[in-house]
This record gives sequence, C-alpha cells and structure tokens, in this order.
Amino acid sequence: MRNVLIAFIATCCWMAAAIGSEAAPAAADPVLEARVNKLAEELRCLVCQNQSIADSHAELAIDLKNQVREMLKQGMSDKQVVDFLVQRYGDFVLYRPPVKNTTWLLWAGPFLLLVAALAAFVIKLRRRPPNAPLTAAEHAAAAALLRGEGIQQ
Amino acid sequence: MRRFIWPLAVFLVLVGFLAAGLRLNPREVPSPLINKPAPAFNLPQLHAIQASINPTDMKGKVWLFNVWASWCVSCRQEHPVLLDLAKRGTLPVIGLDYKDDREAGIAWLREHGDPYMLSAYDRDGRVGIDYGVYGVPESFLIDKNGAIRYKHIGPLTPKVLDEKILPMAKDLNGA
Repeated sequence: MRNVLIAFIATCCWMAAAIGSEAAPAAADPVLEARVNKLAEELRCLVCQNQSIADSHAELAIDLKNQVREMLKQGMSDKQVVDFLVQRYGDFVLYRPPVKNTTWLLWAGPFLLLVAALAAFVIKLRRRPPNAPLTAAEHAAAAALLRGEGIQQ
Repeated sequence: MRRFIWPLAVFLVLVGFLAAGLRLNPREVPSPLINKPAPAFNLPQLHAIQASINPTDMKGKVWLFNVWASWCVSCRQEHPVLLDLAKRGTLPVIGLDYKDDREAGIAWLREHGDPYMLSAYDRDGRVGIDYGVYGVPESFLIDKNGAIRYKHIGPLTPKVLDEKILPMAKDLNGA
C-alpha cells in the first residue's frame, strides 16, 4: 500500500515537473525576456482578472505578452508599451493604477484611516480624567492591604 | 447603549459598500475607446481572401461591429438576436471573425445563418487587441464619423438591442 502511494506521489511530481517545464519557453534573448516579464507582471489579464499576464495562460494573455515582446523588440520604451495597452483596455490593465481624480481616495485611503484612528485615540486619551491623588484614608487602606491585613472600615 | 452607536454606524457603512460592490459586474470593464475613433484596420474578408475590409468603407453610416468566432459558445446564444436584427435591416452589422479557423468560421455561418453584411477575418487577433477585445462576443456601435459610441460585452440580448443599441442608433442616424 505504501509503495503504491509513494509511486503515485512520484508520478504526480513528475507530471508537475513536465507541465512546469513546458510553460517556460526558452528565451532567445534573456535581456529582452526579462523586460517582457517585468512588464507582464504589472499588467492585468482581463480574462482571469486576478492574474497578471505573466501568470495567466489564457490565450489573450499569451497574445498580449507576444505583443509586448514584439513592441519592445521594435525599440519601444516600457512607457510606450504600457500606454499602448491602456489606450485599448483602460487603466484596468494596470496593477498599479495612476493617481488621478478618480483614484486618489484609493491611494490615500489607508493613510487617511490611519490618521483618523490616531486622532481618535489621542482625543480619547486627553478626555480621560486625570488621576486624583489618594486621600489619607485611601493611603491607610492601601498600606493595610500591603501588610496583608484586611480593609479596616 | 450609546457606546454601541459608533461601531454600529461604521458597520452599516461597511455593509452599504459591500452591498453596492456585490451589484457590480467585474467582467464589464469600461472601454477607454468610447467616443474615440474606431481603430483603423485593413483585413481580408472571411468569404473572399482577396477582398479587404476597412472601417472607413462605412463612413457616413451608423453600424454595429460584432466580434464573434466559431469556437465561442456565447456567440450561439447571441446569434438569433443578430439574425433578427439583420432581418429588420435597420442597422448594418459587420462581423469580425476573431482568432478563428477560416473554414470553421464559414461553416459556422452556413450552419447558423449569416447576419453580417460582411465579416472581416482576424486570424492572429491583432485587430481584436486594437479594439480592446477580451471576451467574445463583443459589439461596438459606430457612428457616421467612425467613432465608437457604445460597447457591449458578452452576448447581445433582445433587451439590450431594443432598449439601448437601437434607440442610440436611431439618435445617431438622426443627428
């Protein structure tokens, strides 16, 4: 039984390795390929929206990656390539959308919340009544407690 | 009791945001091409390799540009709506056979009926990228000056056609 299990796991690993090696095409030009991958990680695949076009195996993602590679090969800058895609698919293709009128709240929101929380905390602390000094009777009661005696009324 | 008012208010605001978020369709990405000139292309026609098709040929007309493919399942769902539109003859439809096999595309139209005035053949999907296509079928309403005025993502329904596209086309034709 154990041997069967080990053989099964080994087969799975072997298959995963086979699939893995198929996914990465041999790069003809490593420098170009590095640029393509860096850009592809910043671009969202519109078919499977939580993946970048570097991660996605959707046909559109592969097409877009090829398009990016081709444009970089033609000597276009990263910005030109990104602009090309934004013109067609909108800011939605960018994993890091630009700061605009419609997105400033998105970018600043977490910091605004942090400032608001700190302000609320400080106000709360200031409003707390200061500790009044102990009266003579309270002192005596505390001393008695420390000596291990009960409270004497 | 008063100490619960603030957490309750925050909670209700949060619920409001989440409820609104649930109603949005994340598949519908607003196209940046609305009110911009339809991207130019020059493609072979599906039925005639030598003949080409160019959006400037349609200048002066309001038309619908419909992206389809024989491998696309939702296109079957949308097809009767397009056939009905073609029968009415009020709005010319040009097809874009997207990333398809030519034979398969022609056979598909033979089997299901051909609502298109013409179909362009986009083998490698380059024109699709220019139009920001990411989910076939997609339809673009293009005005007399060649500007995209409306984009519908996913299969057309009689409701979308009658309530949105045809009234808009009528306005654009009148203008």
